Amino acid sequence: MKRILSRLYLALVGLLLALPLVVVAGVSVNEKQSLTFPPEGFSLAWYTQIFADSGWRSALVNSVVLAASAAALAVAIAFPLAWFLWRRIAPWANIFQVLGLAPFILPPVITALGMLTFWATLGFYGQPWTAAISHAIFFVTLPLVTLSLGFSSIDRPLVEAASTMGADERTVLRTVVLPLILPYVISGYAFAFVLSLNEYIVAYMTVGFTMETLPIKIFNALRYGYTPTMASVSIFFVAIAAIVFGLIAHFGDLPRLLGAMDSTDK
Amino acid sequence: MKREPPRSLADYAPLAFPAVMLVVFFVVPFSTMIAVSFFRRQQGGFYTPDFVVDNYARFLTTFFGGVLGFSLMLAIMVALVCVAIAFPFTFLLAQTKRRVQIVWLVVMLSVLSLSEVIIGFAWSTLFSRTAGITNLFVWLGLMSEPQALVPGFGAVLTGMVYQALPYTVLVLYPAIVRLDPTLTEAARTLGASPLLAFFNVIVPTLRNTIVATLIMVFVFALGSYLLPQILGRPQHWTLSVLITDQAIYQSNMPFAAAMAVFLVLISLSLVALTLFVGRRETA
Repeated sequence: MKRILSRLYLALVGLLLALPLVVVAGVSVNEKQSLTFPPEGFSLAWYTQIFADSGWRSALVNSVVLAASAAALAVAIAFPLAWFLWRRIAPWANIFQVLGLAPFILPPVITALGMLTFWATLGFYGQPWTAAISHAIFFVTLPLVTLSLGFSSIDRPLVEAASTMGADERTVLRTVVLPLILPYVISGYAFAFVLSLNEYIVAYMTVGFTMETLPIKIFNALRYGYTPTMASVSIFFVAIAAIVFGLIAHFGDLPRLLGAMDSTDK
Repeated sequence: MKREPPRSLADYAPLAFPAVMLVVFFVVPFSTMIAVSFFRRQQGGFYTPDFVVDNYARFLTTFFGGVLGFSLMLAIMVALVCVAIAFPFTFLLAQTKRRVQIVWLVVMLSVLSLSEVIIGFAWSTLFSRTAGITNLFVWLGLMSEPQALVPGFGAVLTGMVYQALPYTVLVLYPAIVRLDPTLTEAARTLGASPLLAFFNVIVPTLRNTIVATLIMVFVFALGSYLLPQILGRPQHWTLSVLITDQAIYQSNMPFAAAMAVFLVLISLSLVALTLFVGRRETA
């Protein structure tokens, strides 16, 4: 009885989470350009439209390039910082960790506005690369958290053994630390990539008038006229997120990444 | 290789790149924004360096007070609803098998990473007249004809709860999963029903976690800027929407910056409160 009620509750929340996506998925396979559910006819034309239509395709390319470079830069900032905090005792250096966590905790509109005033003051407002740097700073929290967790999971005696056997700092980093930390680098990159792909306000305030990312394009379409491509793009993005997080869960330890201390039992 | 304090300047080298990036691209923009909030606005979208408090004085208008009051009220409602749904959910989730938990976590992360634009679009479709949920009600015989539920306050609240729910679950997850399972067992052995054990043992044990989560979700909900625009009417606009509107469409950067500084102060003081609550729990 208890088990059934428990499953029922989980299923209800699942239904709430799935409901809007089911409707969007249904709308995305409409044959004609109409917003109706259940769909009238069945067609995958709106999915090919993402790649066939030049406007949607360029928005997709912009988004992917932006997310790939922003996530790479975020990892490049987070890695040495997390490594230093793990390797050294320097309490004042924690200030940089706080700085790395701040953009994610504060409301996004604040980072967005800060970036807007900053790039406008420098005269670079609207340049595509400013969005990449802005996103890297905005999402640096994610690789920073996964990497800090990864470093804390490394057995220190292992590293000590390597250095006692005569390995210098660089060799230890390359042959011992790097292989152990790699899964955390990848998941940190993946988290930042997926979130950057979906981010709207920071991208809009930095390059909104010169470049269209997919979320900006969807919002503009929402405002200036409906097209089913919006629906197919949305489902496409849900699928990307589910695949990426599914892969992280498959190759890594997702409950541990999300803070469950002991994951060996159960 | 033990953890040791840095001895030479070279030991600090790894810190150089992250430090420069975070200072130049976060501290400086942040400070620029604070500076701009004291600048004087020029007609035509420009502003000149100055030190005026006019931008802050505009907080005293009833319009701003209304928006602020609405934003706070909406964020409080979102936080309460989310924790009320997510707390039992996460508790039940923690008792399932590890494989089941992983599937749910992937679902939560996927929904959490969804663009606000997509969430707004999805709910406006679900609440629309032609493709919406009311068609289902008509089919079930609960309503006579389909109708649009957007724009409206209910739609804004639903959309924001949807956006914040996965976040709430993920904030609660570590605390609940680490909870000692013998607690419930002891309560059950002593004769408490599952429901009684949940409300009299689990909820009080995690009281501080619940308070901290409420505050975190509140701050998260304060940041919502697109859902009130897509799902609501202008009277449902929040502080975040107003900031975007002033910065982009009204070209009043100093006023937008002043409001952003204000939002930072609210958020920071609440985050500090969370840390305080968390510290008391560990003490």
